[in-house]
Formats: sequence, C-alpha cells, structure tokens
Amino acid sequence: MDFQILVIPGGFSFGDYVRAGVILARLLSAKLDKEIRDFVEDNRAILGICNGFQVLVEYGLLPGFEGISEYPEATLTTNIPQGYNCRWIHIKQENKNKCKFTNNIQFGKILNLPIAHSEGRFLFPKEKEEQLIEKLYENDMIVLRYCDEKGELAEKEYPINPNGSLEDIAGICNKEGNIFGLMPHPERAFYWWQKPNWTKNKQISEYGDGKLIFENIIDNLI
Amino acid sequence: MSSNLIIQNKPNSKLYEIDLVKASNKELVKISTNFSLGLNLREMKTVQKYFQKQQRYPTYLELETIAQTWSEHCFHKTFKGTIKINNKEIKSLLKTYISKVTKEINPDWCVSVFEDNAGIVNFNKEYGIAAKVETHNHPSAVEPFGGAATGVGGVIRDVLGVWADPIACTDVLGFGPLNFDYRKLPLGVKHPKYVYMGVTAGISAYGNNMGIPTVNGAIYFDESYTGNVIVYCGCLGLVPLSKFRKNAKPNDIILLVGGKTGRDGIHGVTFASTELTEESEVISRPAVQIADPIQEEKVKRAIIEVRDRELASAITDLGGGGLSSAIGETAERYNCGAVVELQKVPLKNKDLAPWEIYISESQERMLLIIPPENLEKTLEIFSKEDVDATAIGKLISKRILKLIFGTEVVANLDMSFIFSPPLSQKKAIHKKRKFIEPILKEPENLNEEIMQILSAPNIASKESIIRTYDHEVKGNTTLKPLQGKYSGPNDAAVIKPLQKSWKGIVISCGMNPKYGKIETYWMAASSIDEAIRNNIAVGGRRIALLDNFTWGNPEKQERLGSLVKACEACYDIALAFKTPFISGKDSLYNESPLGSVTPTLLISAVGIIPDIRKTVSMEIKNPQNMLYIIGKTYDELGGSEYYSSKGFLGKNVPKVRPKQAINNFNAITKAIDSNLIESCHDISEGGIAVSAAEMAFSGGHGIKIDLLKIPNERIDRNDTLLFSESNSRFLIEVNKKSKNKLEKLLKGTVFSEIGEITEKPNFSVNGLNGKTVIDMEIRNLRKSWIGTFNREVKKNKTRRN
Repeated sequence: MDFQILVIPGGFSFGDYVRAGVILARLLSAKLDKEIRDFVEDNRAILGICNGFQVLVEYGLLPGFEGISEYPEATLTTNIPQGYNCRWIHIKQENKNKCKFTNNIQFGKILNLPIAHSEGRFLFPKEKEEQLIEKLYENDMIVLRYCDEKGELAEKEYPINPNGSLEDIAGICNKEGNIFGLMPHPERAFYWWQKPNWTKNKQISEYGDGKLIFENIIDNLI
Repeated sequence: MSSNLIIQNKPNSKLYEIDLVKASNKELVKISTNFSLGLNLREMKTVQKYFQKQQRYPTYLELETIAQTWSEHCFHKTFKGTIKINNKEIKSLLKTYISKVTKEINPDWCVSVFEDNAGIVNFNKEYGIAAKVETHNHPSAVEPFGGAATGVGGVIRDVLGVWADPIACTDVLGFGPLNFDYRKLPLGVKHPKYVYMGVTAGISAYGNNMGIPTVNGAIYFDESYTGNVIVYCGCLGLVPLSKFRKNAKPNDIILLVGGKTGRDGIHGVTFASTELTEESEVISRPAVQIADPIQEEKVKRAIIEVRDRELASAITDLGGGGLSSAIGETAERYNCGAVVELQKVPLKNKDLAPWEIYISESQERMLLIIPPENLEKTLEIFSKEDVDATAIGKLISKRILKLIFGTEVVANLDMSFIFSPPLSQKKAIHKKRKFIEPILKEPENLNEEIMQILSAPNIASKESIIRTYDHEVKGNTTLKPLQGKYSGPNDAAVIKPLQKSWKGIVISCGMNPKYGKIETYWMAASSIDEAIRNNIAVGGRRIALLDNFTWGNPEKQERLGSLVKACEACYDIALAFKTPFISGKDSLYNESPLGSVTPTLLISAVGIIPDIRKTVSMEIKNPQNMLYIIGKTYDELGGSEYYSSKGFLGKNVPKVRPKQAINNFNAITKAIDSNLIESCHDISEGGIAVSAAEMAFSGGHGIKIDLLKIPNERIDRNDTLLFSESNSRFLIEVNKKSKNKLEKLLKGTVFSEIGEITEKPNFSVNGLNGKTVIDMEIRNLRKSWIGTFNREVKKNKTRRN
C-alpha cells in the first residue's frame, strides 16, 4: 500500500481478442484481488482510461452499485456505427460532487478530448436498463457525457456520440466516487500541441483539458 | 518430380538429398519448379557446379537455403544485376542510380543507409530517426487481412532491427475500383472491395494493438490494382545513437526471440518473386503468415531493455526467408560463419522438417547476437516479458554455414558461395510510345467538373479509413492526418518525439501512378516532387527519401525498360534536390490474370522541423486574408484527374523543373520560419481547383480566385489553368499585414496574389474572360468530397426516459 492512485491505462490488453478488458480483469483478480480490495476499502483512487475503463467494468469495480460485484453489471461493447474510431469529441462534466477526479471541475463544463476505441458503447442488460440508469443518476455516478461543442447532449447522434453509448455516457464513477472510468484519453490532451486545432489558434493556451482530471485527483491527495 | 532424383538417407527420415550432380538442364529446371525454388537455369547450374566440386549431393535444406538467399525478394537480383538497354549496359540499378544519389550528396546527417534493416538519419545530437517502408503486395492479394497486418508487423521489426523504438507507422495502398464488375473477375482474383476491407482492417488491427500511431498514408485506385493490390507499410523509429551497436564477433551466441516457429509463411519469398496465378490461392496460402501484435509488443519492450543495458552485439529481424536470411546475412555482415542447431528452435507444430524450420517466416521473431557473458542477463529480460528466447547456435570464425538437426549435419555451405549468386543479366528496351492530347470543348462553367473531381476515388476524403487507424496513441502527433473540425487533408504529419525538445519529425509521401501510364520517368520525378513539397508545405526540411517500387515482371523487356527510366529520374531529381535516398524496397513480378500492375513508385519523405510551434496546417484560417500561389502553371493535364473524369489519359504529363522547384521550396520554408504563412496546401491531383476547394471547406470560409492572375506558360483555357497538375506549386494564405514582407521574401520566385478569403462561404472563380466559371457553396463541395467513402451513418436518436 505504498501508492495512492492506481491507473489502468488504455492499450488493447491481451489484444482484446475476447471481450475487451476481460482477460486483464481476470488476471488482476487472480493475482492481486486482496490488494485491490484493500485499496478500494481504504478509499484510495482508481482510474481506468479506455481499455482501463473496460477492465474496471469487467472486474466489477464499476459501476459497483453495491461494492465490488461478482459479475460485471454493465458492459462496454462494440461501437455503433461499428468499428474503430479515432477522433476528438466534446464531453460535459455532469458529476455533482462525488467523483474524486472531477469534483473541482465545474458542473456542466465542456471538455475536448480524443477517443480511440472500437468497444466503447456503455450498456446495461436490457431488462434492468431503466432501473440501473435511474440508480446511476440517484447516486451521482454519471461523470462525463458526450455533447456538441456548445454543450448540447448528443442524444446518441453520431459522431457527437461516437459509439452509441447509453445516455451518452463517456465516463462513470462508483458510489463512493473513488473509482473512475472513462473512454476518452485525458493523457492525449495534456499539452496544447496535442490538440487538433492548435495551428488555427496560435494564441496557445498552456495545456489541454485532460490535465484538469489529473490535477483534480492530485489536489485531492494533498 | 521424378522420385529417382530424391535420395533418402534413412528410411522414414525427414532428411533427404537431391541428385543434382548428374541432372540434365531439363531436370535442373524441373527441380527448381517442383520444389518452388524459384531459381532459373543459370542459377541452378551454378549450384550444380558447386556440388560437383564438393563431390556430393546437396541436402534439400541446402538447396532451400540457396534459393531463399538468391531470391528476388532477398537479393534484389534485378536491382543488383546487369541490364542491357538501348545499347547501354547498366551494372546495377541500385548503385548506378538510387544509392549513387546518396553517395554523391554525402550528407553528414546520414548515419546508416542501404545497409541495415532500416535507414538512419540524425534527429539531434543524441537520437537518430530510423525509417523503413516495406511492400507486402503478394501476401495481401492472397489473404488481405493477414497480408497487410504482417506487413505492418514486419516493418516495425525492421525498425526494431536497428535498435530503434518504433514511434509512427505509415501506409500507402492501391486497390482496384471498388465497383468492379463481379462478372469480369477472373478466377483466383479477389474483389477489390473485399481486398480493401481486409487490408485496411489488417493495418488498423496491427498498429492499433501495438500502440503505434498510423500517421500518414494514401489510398489510390487503378484498374490494374484489381489483380495486384498494393500494400506499402512504413515505420519510423527513434534510436539513441550511442546504443546503435554493431560489433558481433565469433563465439557470440545466436539468440532467437519472440514467437514460435510454425508452418505459416513457408516459401513467402519465392512466392513473392513470381507472378500471381489462379492457383496462388491454393499453393501460396501457407506463404502468408499469421499476425500477433501483442507478442510483438512484448518482444519490443524486451529488446529496448536489452538495447539500453547494452547486452547485445548485433540484431536483425526475421522477415522474408526466416532464419535462413537472418542468420546468413548476419554472419556475412560480420565476416563470420555460423553453427546452428535447428532442433533447439521452439516450434508451433512438433513435426516440422528441418528445412521448414529454417525457412519458415512465422511472425514476431527477432535474432539477437549476444556475447556469452551477457546471455544470462538477456534471458532474464525475455523471461520477465514472458517471451521465448533460445540460444540456437553461435557465430564462428570459419566462413561456413553449418546447420545441425539432432546428431546430423543437414547443411554445410561456404559463406562465400551463398553470398555470390550469379548476377542476373537482363535485357530491357525503352520505346517512346505515342500518346495524344484529347480534343475537349471547354465547358462554359466548371461547377459540375469540380464536384465530380472532388468525389473521384483518388481525391475524395479517406476519413472513414483514417479514423480506424489510431493516429494519436503515444500523444506525440502534433499535426494529424485530418485537420481540425472539418477533417481537412493535411499534407504531412508532424511528430514531436521528445518531451523536452520542440524539434519535430515531418512525414509525407508522393505517388503518381497515372503519370506512369504515359512516362515512368516523369512519374518518378513527380512522386519525388510531391513527397518533398508535402513535407515543405507544413514546415519540413532536410529531407531524406525512401523508394518503393511496384512493377510487373522484369523478364518482360519493356517493363524493365520503364523501370530503368524511373530509376534515372530518381537519380536526376533527387540529386538536384539534394535529398538522399536512405532505404528502399522493390516488389517486382506484380502480374495477375488481369495483366501487369501500373508501374507505381512510392516516395516517402522524412524531414525535420526545428520548432513544431511553426507548423502550418492546410485549412483556411481567417476571412480578410489573401491567397497566393507559388510556382508556375503549365499545360500539363496528361494523366490528370480532369482528363480521367472525361475518360482520357492525355499526353502532357507534369514535368519537374528542379531549378524553379528549389526556389519555390526555399521560399516556402523561409516564409514559414518568418511566420508569414497562415495556411499552406500543396497543389497536386485535381490542380488549383481541388487544392483551393479543400483549403476553403476545411477551414469553413469562402475563397475567391481570379484566373487572370495565375502565372502560367501560354494557357488560354480556364479548365487547363484550374485542373493542370504541374509540380512544385503551393497555395498559401497570407495576412494583409504580412503582404510587403512576404513579397520581398518571394523575390526571384514565380508567385502571385490570386484571390482572397471571404466571409461568404462560397468557392468562386473568375475566368479569363471575366465571367464566373465556378461558384459553389463550400458545404456542397465538402459533401461531394466526403460522400464517396463516408462510413454509413445511422442516427440512433432515442427518446430519453
């Protein structure tokens, strides 16, 4: 327990040849289950980016309505339209106060980050869908939602919502707010020169929006 | 095969010898054909003579070893052999033209050229840029997904093979028309649409899974690519120059690392050195390897650690020819011999025969040469990554190649014999063919024409494919293939590889197969010009070139003649531009039941930009700015998209005028460095019209052009001015405040202010007679441009509960 944050980054763990993230999730639970449970119990922070988000869902750490679930309660499945998609999108911070990674970012703030995945469509089992969505809202577990550049929610319109995700969900946290998973890549939007349009606005801002998320969690530790 | 030529040493043994010593000429040819050796009679006779002198029969493995090493794919017989053309004898295309450029320019920033798996040039004091582009046409024709994926995997290993960390991939592809009539498809040829889907999926699968961004490329369509798909895979890497080690010596251990060896990829190189036929599917299916990017990712990590701890004395990848090439070439390079125990090679299938083990091209394998004292530490690194690493032999001082299987010696060949194949002697002819310019009535207005050309497959947006490649992973892609909100087509990609430096690498390409239908000399010249001007357009300079030839059967004299012409252009133009070639690859024998491939030379350009903050993108930035053209327009519509849209080829193919071109290139670089350019786009396929339209709709503003202001050589037609594809030209957007400074800087260059950026979102052109010849809303132009390959968009609007 020497560390305060565990980050599972993106990157096709085990080739995503089975369901995205499932093999790494099983491997982690076979080798580090106790450590991870202690980590979570101690309210330390876990971040899953892209493939890392998929791992957290497969592990049962997210959404984690009643703590760590034995079986996945949701899934991140194949995009609609189908296929890998690498593009910059807009998302809105919609967490009220719970998520440790975004609680200093103003509610409703629009962030510009890139996505790069083929399995990012957040989905619940059909028969529980309505009830579980309700639960996400009730417990303030929704964090990021796809929207247009003005902040209007995508309502599943492609490519504003790039993968057909339920409720335009791009990122969620657990009930306690210490575990956070998102499909976009904040680490690829850290510096201004990583942004897609910096050659247009040469009055360069120092950083990209991704930095806010890393800053936020570090501020919470200090 | 007459079985009396096969001699089995022991009953049930997998080892056999071939009775070559007494074979007649006819039998020699038969042996070569039946065992898929791909050797011609002259070569077979050289082999026969060697074994007659040795007074013994060759083992089958020995024959295979020779065949692999002497194949077109491994030895580049055509490029290294002699060619007689129009009473002239060329000793070696490579030395006479391509590598001669580099030798004559002799830049001090080239670290290693035409020597290793990849070319290396300086990046800064500490790092070099490694670059390589491979062709993977043959395997991709038989198995599109696997062929393309292993093409990417292979070129990444080439870059690893010079101790470089791969940082970016490129891919340039050529397909038949996607609407090709199924009824006209000959047996054994796959439909272009199937090949297109498979190849692009294979490329994205490998690059994305390995976490290497695919940042630059192009997709071309041509009838001749229907039977001969073109797959060029490129990779760039960064190598710390102090860790670039090449000092293997006798007694160093040969370590095979990575994937296990199986029956996939047997005879890949001999297959790639022949024509594709109806039977290729059946015969050559095993020649295509199976890709496993995750394995390669682990191999990569281990190799980088071995490099950083300086544990190895040499490295090479296993590509074409498998172990036979890697071991032979390594021993040859360090003036050694080698002893290898084939039974030690980890196998996928236990029953592999020794010859299969030795020539299998199973993927994700690399060869390291390790001094004995470092072996243990090296093995630990690989075991940590869960990657096989097996000592299979060692280098020796005696110049022989000795292969052992269990207790038996299965090959024992002199190194000097293996590496001195008889030089190929080929004949070529070059005849000027007759072409004519079409007689076209000039349309009164060109709205229809510009729409049609923007939606032509070679011009239309490839966004739907580009977005399936991860072009941002690693977070260093500062100029992306698609620009900004409207996904404009940037001329080149820029990578910022080091955290603490503003220096960037600029990657671009040029390819003009249509010009090659008229004259391959100008096709090659134009490809070089295009690759360079794409690089210059975003701020690149100090450019190194890579050449990749895809040609038809070089035994056919006219085809070889056109290859010689293209090589001549490579020499003339690259020398004039002082842009050295650093690496290259050729793929010949691209012939199918539908005929020969259109001669296609890909030129890739690798430049640097001292400060990425100066990078210029292609989309229009602000209304009120002005539009300038740099460079002169000639009546050069031969092979153009405009003629093609009217069903013609034409004659006046674009030429390259090096003196003018260099002036233009230098002017752009200076203007970029002086912050005088807001946006810059090169003028290529589709001419000024397409280039300006792309700038407009990619920026979301209008452009107004006056054709009377375009500097030209005796052109009196609006369509020629707008659609001519003359080389070395650029369109630039300039702020009014910079006008004086810019015009001063451009002195001595052909340039002109030709129009303005407008609030009104229209692309409009005033013709030579003062009348409007184009007036279109930019969103309609963009619609045609993205419509051709747009991914099917489903709107999934659902009501929120």
